[in-house]
Amino acid sequence: MKIHEYQAKELFRKYQIPVPNGKPAFTVDEAIANAKSLSSTGPWVVKAQIHAGGRGKGGGVKVAKTMDEVKSYAQSILGMTLVTHQTGPEGKVVKRLLIEDGCNIASEYYLAVTLDRTTSQLVIMASPAGGMDIEHVAATTPEKIFKEWVNPITGLRDFQCRNLSAKMGFAGPQAKAFTDILKKLIRLFAESDCSLAEINPLTVTKEGNVLALDAKVDFDENALFRHPSFMELRDHNEEDPSETQAKKFDLSYISLDGNIGCMVNGAGLAMATMDIIKYEGGSPANFLDVGGGATQEKVTEAFKIILSDKKVKAVLVNIFGGIMKCDVIANGIIAAAKQLNLTVPLVVRLEGTNVDLGKKLLNESGLKLETATGMKEAAQKVVAAAGGRK
Amino acid sequence: MSILVGKNTRLIVQGITGQAGAFHTKQCKEYGTNVVGGVTPGKGGENLDGIPIFNSVWDAVDKTKANATMIYVPAPYAADAIIEAADAGIELIVCITEGIPVMDMVGVKQYLKTTKSLLIGPNCPGVITPGECKIGIMPGYIHKPGKVGVVSRSGTLTYEAVHQLSQRGIGQSTCVGIGGDPVQGLSFLDVLKLFNSDPNTEGVIMLGEIGGSAEETAAEYIKSEMKKPVVGFIGGQTAPEGKRMGHAGAIISGGSGKAADKIKALEKAGVSVSMSPATLGETMAKALGK
Repeated sequence: MKIHEYQAKELFRKYQIPVPNGKPAFTVDEAIANAKSLSSTGPWVVKAQIHAGGRGKGGGVKVAKTMDEVKSYAQSILGMTLVTHQTGPEGKVVKRLLIEDGCNIASEYYLAVTLDRTTSQLVIMASPAGGMDIEHVAATTPEKIFKEWVNPITGLRDFQCRNLSAKMGFAGPQAKAFTDILKKLIRLFAESDCSLAEINPLTVTKEGNVLALDAKVDFDENALFRHPSFMELRDHNEEDPSETQAKKFDLSYISLDGNIGCMVNGAGLAMATMDIIKYEGGSPANFLDVGGGATQEKVTEAFKIILSDKKVKAVLVNIFGGIMKCDVIANGIIAAAKQLNLTVPLVVRLEGTNVDLGKKLLNESGLKLETATGMKEAAQKVVAAAGGRK
Repeated sequence: MSILVGKNTRLIVQGITGQAGAFHTKQCKEYGTNVVGGVTPGKGGENLDGIPIFNSVWDAVDKTKANATMIYVPAPYAADAIIEAADAGIELIVCITEGIPVMDMVGVKQYLKTTKSLLIGPNCPGVITPGECKIGIMPGYIHKPGKVGVVSRSGTLTYEAVHQLSQRGIGQSTCVGIGGDPVQGLSFLDVLKLFNSDPNTEGVIMLGEIGGSAEETAAEYIKSEMKKPVVGFIGGQTAPEGKRMGHAGAIISGGSGKAADKIKALEKAGVSVSMSPATLGETMAKALGK
C-alpha cells in the first residue's frame, strides 16, 4: 500500500527523523494559510502529492519566494494532470499539496531500505548520487550505490553504520546524524511492516543539518491487520476504482490496455493466459484471478468488473477446476452471464474434474458462447472474436 | 525414488480443524498420504475421521513419529506454526497459508538456518510424488507416476503443465510448488539440485514468473551443473512494470524482474524455453526425445 509524502513525513516525525516543517493542503486558501503559519518570510516549497515519483521533473514541485508565488503555484498545481515516468502516459490529477519550509541545500544523497529477496534480509541502499533517478544511477554507475544487509537476529550493527557513513563521505557530526537517521529508519521499517522506505534526497543543508527532504513509504499489504490506523492513510483517489471494487470480493484485478477481458483462477495461470493471448496476436484488457473457489457470486462480480471496462470486445474464461468441479463452475458462469445479460462474445475453457459435464452444460445453456479445449484453442478463438490478430 | 516426499512420509496437519485444513486433510488421505495426526491448540484428544489431534507439534511428533507437516494456520499465526514445527524437529514443512507478513518470514527464514528443517512455501500448492504421497491442495488425479520433475511458483499453472504431461503419457517424479511470496523456503535452485541428483528424474519443467531473480540464479546452476534437460516458462511476459500480479512476489520493480531478462538467462543456460504456456508438454516431450 502506497501513502503520500506528507503522510510518510508524519511517520518520520514520530521516529524523530528530521524533516522540514510542513503541512498538507487541499485548497489554495489552505496552502496560503499553511505557508503563513510556517514562516513570514519564505521561501516555501509547494509540492504535488501523488503516488508516483518524478514529480519535480513533471512540474509538480515549485519553490515560492513570495506569498503571491505560493498562491499562483498552488493554483497551477492543484488540479493539474501530472505526467511522470511512473504515472503512465495518462498521468495523475493532483488533489493534495504539501507546503513546506524551503531550505538551503548544500548536497544531496540517497537512502532507502527494502527487502532483498536473494538473501531474505532487509537491505540498506545508500548513495552520494542523491536527488536523481536512482534507477538511472543503478543502471549507469552501480559503483555509486553502497549496500549493507540487516540480519534480523543481530539487527543493524554500529560497524555497518560506520562503513556506510565513510562511503557516503560523512564525518564528524554529520556522520553521527546520518547513523541516527539510519537506525531510526530501520526501526520504522520493521515496526510499521514497510515494503519500502526511501529518502531521495537526503540533504545536508548549508547550515550543516542532515534532513529528509523527501519521504516515500510503502506498506506490506499482508501486515495491515497489525496496523489498523494505516487504513486511514489510504487515498482511494490514487487507486483504480475497479481494482478497489475487486478487492472487496477478494478478487485480484489489474487493468491493462487491451480489449480481451480475462477471468482465470490462480495468479500464475492468469499471467500465462495474458501471455498466450498476446502470443496468439491479441491484447489482454486485464489480469483477473478469481482465486481458488470460483463461486457463482465471485464469477458474477468478476464479469461485472471486466465489463465495466468499455474497451473489452470479448471475454476469455480459463479455469483449471482442480478441487472445484467443472459442472459447478459452468453453472456459475451460466447464471452470471444470464443475470448480467452478457452481450460480448464469450469463450470458455474449462479443465479438471467433470470437464465433459461442464462443457455440456455450457453448450446447452442457450448462451452465445464458445467452449475450447486447451489454452491455445481458447486464445485463438477469443482473439478472433475480438477482431482478429493485430 | 523421488524427492522430498514418498511412501515413508508421515504427515501431520497444523490447523487441521479449520475448514480448508479439514477438507484438504481428507483429500490427502484419500490420495494415499499417510496422515498420522493433526495439531490444533486446545483440541488435543479429539480426532478428525479417526486422525488424532494434538495440542502441540511436540506432542504430535512424540506420539506419531511424524516427519512432515502441512500448515493451514491463518496468516497472522502461520510464522509461529512454522517455527513450532522446526523446533519439534519436523524434517519437511509445507506451508499452504497465503498472506503472511514479509517481516514475519524474514525472521522465520533466519531461524530455519539454525535447524535441519526444509520449508516449502508459504503461499504454495504443496508437493506431490504421484501415486505415493500428496501434501497440499493440488488435484491428485491429474498426476501420473513417472520421471519428469516439476517446480513452480504458481498453483494452477502447475496443474496446467502436469495435465499437458499426463495427457502425453509423460508421468512425473515429484511436483513442487515453491510459492509466490518474496521470502520463501526452498528456491528453484534448491529443488533443481534435488532433481539433479534424483535417479528417477530424467527431465525438469521449471515454471517461473516475473519478479525477483530466482530464475536467473537457477539458470547459472543449470548452465554449469545440470545433467538433465530443463524446460522453462516465464509467466507475466505481458505484465506492466510496478503492478503486482496477484502473487506478492510477482512484480517488476526498478527495472528488475522482467520476463525478457529471465528468458534470456534461461536460454543462455541451455533451457528449452516454451514461449506459450500451451506447449509445455510438447516441449518436454521433444527435450526427452519422445
